[in-house]
Amino acid sequence: MEVRVANVRKEFERFPALHDVSLDIKSGELIALLGPSGSGKTTLLRLIAGLERPTKGKIFFGEEDASQKSIQERNVGFVFQHYALFRHMTVADNIGFGLKVRHGPSRPSAQEIRRRASELLDLVQLSGLEKRYPAQLSGGQRQRVALARAMAIEPAVLLLDEPFGALDAQVRRELRRWLRDIHDATGHTTVFVTHDQEEALELADRVVVMSQGSIEQVGTADEIYDTPNSPFVYGFIGESSALPVKVEDGQVWIADRPIGLSAPHAPQGEATLFFRPHDVDLVDECNGCIAGTVAASRRVAGTRRVELEIGGERQRVEIELPVDHPAAQKSRVAFRPRRWKLFPAP
Amino acid sequence: MTTAPAKAGWRFRQPSVIPGFGLTLGFSLAYLTLIILIPLSGLIWRSAALGWTDFWAIATDRRTINALEISFGTAFIAASVNVVFGTIVAWVLVRYNFPGRRIVDAMVDLPFALPTAVAGIALTTLYAPNGWLGSLLAPLGIKVAYTPLGIVIALIFIGLPFVVRTVQPIMEEIDKEVEEVAATLGANRFQTIARVLLPGLAPAIVTGFALAFARGVGEYGSVIFIAGNLPYKSEIAPLLIVIRLEEYNYAAATAIAAIMLALSFVMLLVINLVQTWSRKRYG
Repeated sequence: MEVRVANVRKEFERFPALHDVSLDIKSGELIALLGPSGSGKTTLLRLIAGLERPTKGKIFFGEEDASQKSIQERNVGFVFQHYALFRHMTVADNIGFGLKVRHGPSRPSAQEIRRRASELLDLVQLSGLEKRYPAQLSGGQRQRVALARAMAIEPAVLLLDEPFGALDAQVRRELRRWLRDIHDATGHTTVFVTHDQEEALELADRVVVMSQGSIEQVGTADEIYDTPNSPFVYGFIGESSALPVKVEDGQVWIADRPIGLSAPHAPQGEATLFFRPHDVDLVDECNGCIAGTVAASRRVAGTRRVELEIGGERQRVEIELPVDHPAAQKSRVAFRPRRWKLFPAP
Repeated sequence: MTTAPAKAGWRFRQPSVIPGFGLTLGFSLAYLTLIILIPLSGLIWRSAALGWTDFWAIATDRRTINALEISFGTAFIAASVNVVFGTIVAWVLVRYNFPGRRIVDAMVDLPFALPTAVAGIALTTLYAPNGWLGSLLAPLGIKVAYTPLGIVIALIFIGLPFVVRTVQPIMEEIDKEVEEVAATLGANRFQTIARVLLPGLAPAIVTGFALAFARGVGEYGSVIFIAGNLPYKSEIAPLLIVIRLEEYNYAAATAIAAIMLALSFVMLLVINLVQTWSRKRYG
């Protein structure tokens, strides 16, 4: 189902956790809310679930205003980081809980509930564990049960709060791929919260980058990574280097030297230049480039990361070189960013 | 299978590498023997001196049976009432923040601290036909003081902290997320409490019940003031024991005591087994 968040504001005891946030989620989409701690991503997720009420603004499920509905009526599947399974119930009873508490004709027969539970267990690849108790399962298995329980009620939207946060790296990677498969198979509209950008970029159709209670940018992994629209997003997603520069006459300057980048449309004055450390061209002669003294050099997996001190201010930036590149031995390196972006200085 | 040969029928659980197992086990056994086992076996020894026929005669005496029924019956009712209201009190103390919460919290422990005779006298004054509450209840035909109902009330007073103090810490550990997840799955408040919260609290509630019950069976001080102590009607077993002692009939006193001991032990054992079973299941 489509979900529309319209100008929502949330305050906790006068402290604003979300400022005027709007977001459209398409039906069947897998969306990640990505941001550092305190960015409001979990608050937004809880608002969609109905676990919090917005101070201002509305949330629509399809055409219906869900902000007026109770949690129970919203029909959302929520999965917590720490599973929140019912300890005293078997796996099958956990999964069937949402169906068992229904009233009247919408409540399936006990037999039907059992059938449905074992069907979902097959889906989450835990067939045969119906009779186990949560205490007898591993962390990864518990999270799968929690997901099956959330899906049992055929939710309008599936909400996952840091679903893999409590698991170790390997299980996490495995579950990530598995969640993608499940999503493709079932087509539930899914929103998940994460602070792990790799997880968000790899898994989601679209990523919502949040910071300090606001949405910074919404887009596909490519859009977010290749065309970040703010210094925050540039700095938060992937590796980046930043340098204070000046724009004059359509040229980018560091101190009193132009660095060979033309920016005809950028506003005059102080600015910050952003680029990716691996997205640079090394140049031999420096007429229009960034040159710096090598301050440190580290081997990182398949590349060498070199830290340079630039200009009289000794600003430090990082660039990435191939491991066997001769420039790493030199004391002075000159380069020009291949792709870059300017943001006016704050 | 390559497990150790099953020569011994049972064995100690492998003690951990942290030293002190032998010392602490030895100390515990010596201590329990000194404090509990020796006095209790003395009791059995004395009652055994009676001989089987006399013992049976005392055990099946109408007055003994009635006293035991009253003791165990009132203790059971009082503990059941305490389970309900103690759990509610614990809930209020854990879940809500209101002015005076600390004072209420401290008040729960008063029955622990108060000399039981003081409690008994206070309750009797209150519930006697001319007392504050007794005079209100008398026109309705309800007599509290000097009846088994009075015993139940005294035992409720005495037993309440046992339930509150065993349930409270477990309740504090309940994860808020479990309730939230139940709500998203469509459970209303009542269903969440009945199907999710209470089953999780059951082991603690059973423990609280057992403690309140055991305390109620053995209670003497507060009960004798309010009970009226009419033989066959409102005479509790501990009082009957005291009466026998005052008659220098030590054998009869120990015989009744031994019966009480056996009944209490069996009941506590059953409750303990129930708990072990539930703990194994839910971890």
